[in-house]
Formats: sequence, C-alpha cells, structure tokens
Amino acid sequence: MITHDRDETEGPGGGSGERPSRRKVLECMTWAGTGVLWTVAGGVPKSLGIIDEALAQQSKGFTFLQISDSHIGFDKPANPNAKGTLEEAIGRVKALPEKPAFMVHTGDISHLSKPSEFDDAERIISQARLDVHYVPGEHDLIDDEQGKLYRERYGRGTKGAGWYSFDADGVHFIGLVNVVDLKAGGLGNLGNEQLEWLEDDVKGRASSQPIVVFAHIPLWTVYPDWGWGTQDGARALGYLKRFGSVTVLNGHIHQVMQKVEGNVTFHTARSTAFPQPAPGSAPSPGPMKVADDKLRSMLGIASVTFKQNEQRLAIVDTPLQA
Amino acid sequence: MTNMKSLANTVFAGVAALLLLATTPAEAEDVSVKIGNFTFGPQDLKVKSGATVTWTNEDDIPHTVTSTTMAFKSKALDSDDKFSFTFTTPGTYQYFCSLHPHMTGTIVVEAATGSNATPPK
Repeated sequence: MITHDRDETEGPGGGSGERPSRRKVLECMTWAGTGVLWTVAGGVPKSLGIIDEALAQQSKGFTFLQISDSHIGFDKPANPNAKGTLEEAIGRVKALPEKPAFMVHTGDISHLSKPSEFDDAERIISQARLDVHYVPGEHDLIDDEQGKLYRERYGRGTKGAGWYSFDADGVHFIGLVNVVDLKAGGLGNLGNEQLEWLEDDVKGRASSQPIVVFAHIPLWTVYPDWGWGTQDGARALGYLKRFGSVTVLNGHIHQVMQKVEGNVTFHTARSTAFPQPAPGSAPSPGPMKVADDKLRSMLGIASVTFKQNEQRLAIVDTPLQA
Repeated sequence: MTNMKSLANTVFAGVAALLLLATTPAEAEDVSVKIGNFTFGPQDLKVKSGATVTWTNEDDIPHTVTSTTMAFKSKALDSDDKFSFTFTTPGTYQYFCSLHPHMTGTIVVEAATGSNATPPK
C-alpha cells in the first residue's frame, strides 16, 4: 500500500492553498485490515473505517467498481500468472454482498494486444456478469494496426481513439483516451480533438451533477520523470472546474494514490497483475518483484460509491489479500 | 603520351575508389543499443553512414523504437526482442519509445567519406 503526499502546489488543478493541509488529509489514509472507506464532503476526505464498516456504509449508495491493468499475457517473475490473479479479483467482485452497477476498466487489459490475450481477459472478466466500460492503456494498442483489435472489441459507440460518455444514476461518466499519439519526451496525451469533444460534452450540464472521469494514465502529474502524468490534462480539468464533485480514476501506475484539489478527487487503482514501485524509489517504473506472499497485498480492485443527494463519494480499495 | 594516359588512368582509378567508398562503406559497423530500465543505452550514439544499429529490449515491459520523423519505427518489442535499422543517410535522428515517451535517444550519422573515413588500403 503506497500513498504519496506530493508537493502541495503540484498538479493540474492547482490553487487550493487555502484548503486544509493536504498532508493532514493524506495522513488519514492509513490502512487496517483489507481496506479503508473514504468519504469526501466539501472536498475534505475523511476516513470512516476499515472495510467491514465500509461495506456496511456503502450499501446505501450507488456503487460501481474499477479494475485496471490486467496485463493478460504478462508472464514474468513479478507475477507469472496474471490470468490467475485477474480470476481472483473477479472472484472478489462476485463475492460482494451488494452487486455493483457496473465496472470500469482503466486500461492495459492485455500485455501485448494479442487476440488471445483479449480473449482470455474477456472470458475471465465476463464471469463478473457486469457491464464493463473500458478505456485503453498503451499496451492495448500495440498490434500492427495500432489499436484496431481494441477498437473492434471495445470501441463500439465511441469517438476517435475510443472516448465516450454516459450517464448512470445521475452521475455523468466520461471515458478518455490519453495513450495515443504520444510525443517524444512527453507524457500522456489527450489531443485537441478529444479535448474539444470534452468541452462540448459537459457544456450545459448542471454544475451540481457529479462527474467521474476515467482514463489510463493519471490526468494529474504524479511523476514526470517516469511519464506518469498527462501533458494536456490541465485543459481537461479546466472544463470540469465548475462542477461541485469531480472524481478522476486512473490506472497505469499499479499502486493506490489519492489527491484532492478543490472539488476534484484523483485516485489511481491497483493492477490485478503486478505492482510497480513508488515514484523514484527504483531505477525504473518496471514491474516490482516482491515475495510471493506479499504479491496479493499489492494487487486489487476499487469500488466507488455515491450517496444520493449528498454529493459524497467513497472509494474503497481492496487488495486481493490483506 | 604514355605518361598522360597513365596519369588519366590513375586519376580515374582514384575517382572510382572514392565513389566506391562513398556508396559502399567497406567496413559497415554493427552497433548495439540496449533498452533497459526504461532507458536507451547509450542514449546518444554516433555512427558512420552505413552502420546498422540493433536495439534489444532487456526490460520486462514492451517498448518501441520510434523515430520522431518516422524515419524508422519498430513494432512493440517484447522482452529480448530486437530491432535493427541501417542508417545510410548522414544526419541526426531523434527517437523515442512511443509507449513510454519519456524514453528518448539520438543517433548521429556521419558521412563515411568524412575526415574520419577509413583510408583505402
């Protein structure tokens, strides 16, 4: 479990100096048992307790799940059985006492964009019997035709490289693609066409409508030395500034991180395949090799709950094993 | 007359040798670049025109070798996969990994007939 209290002034949202100290906020993010319930009221997150309590609380709201970075096809020492750990994660989903509304998958479904990898992922994930809303990771677009396989399977009804939006239970969900047309020396990239679409997509919506944005690479700058950020993420967040509740869900970095900037909560989910090191703690962001009995504590899923009429949101990260 | 003819032959032979040098480098280099820890090593490389550069991915994660001008572009290289490109035109070639664009590198290709060219034997 890794959380990071990064530079207070960092991040695309910016300008929240008058808010309660983020350091203090993030100190709340301690873990006991298998998870911590987060609620966010008025931009101030509050830890409510460990997962049993969390599950009791969350049953009153509208809940969906986030899974990420399945990397089906990965077979290296960090985790030679990425299929097996995805199966375990889906087993967790099936065992939830309250059925979530749907899942979002924040990319890197496959490791090498091979048809057999997408097939295996589909076979395992479909066992959850939930609708799944996907966005691609860079690993999903490395077939010879740069994402043709992904778009054939997951791109129906999407725009451009696979972005789209939908509404569920009064919440507006926006799936973005920031892994296409990356520039040398740069970070994740949304591009002008997608940003214009986003501006138009939220135009005319009531500022009181909760917004959930999900994309593969973090939209906020986590660690540029490792490319963990999105070049034009700030422009996307600018279009969302007037909304009272914005939740940004990402993957890519294979570890839990959370940050609050004004009304925006940024959150990254664990991978179900292999962990990656905390920023700057290793020579590279490559797969982190850990003892077998530790692996499952560093893999997992996240559930997100909205409580009607309260504008409150709770994210519970659940590792495969405490 | 004989002398003139002999001189002409010598000049002709010299020009031919130069032409030969310019078009077919006698000793084309083979140079390796290692991809490891999300970096290209060496990051900056100088080679002679005609050199073949081979990149090998030694990471657990796939990478690509992609020229910023699309002069060359590998497929996604899985662990231990290789990509080779022969540089025949002098110039500076910047490249990066299109999956992890913070990974960048440069190949400087010098003319084989330049001051460093191998003299004819």
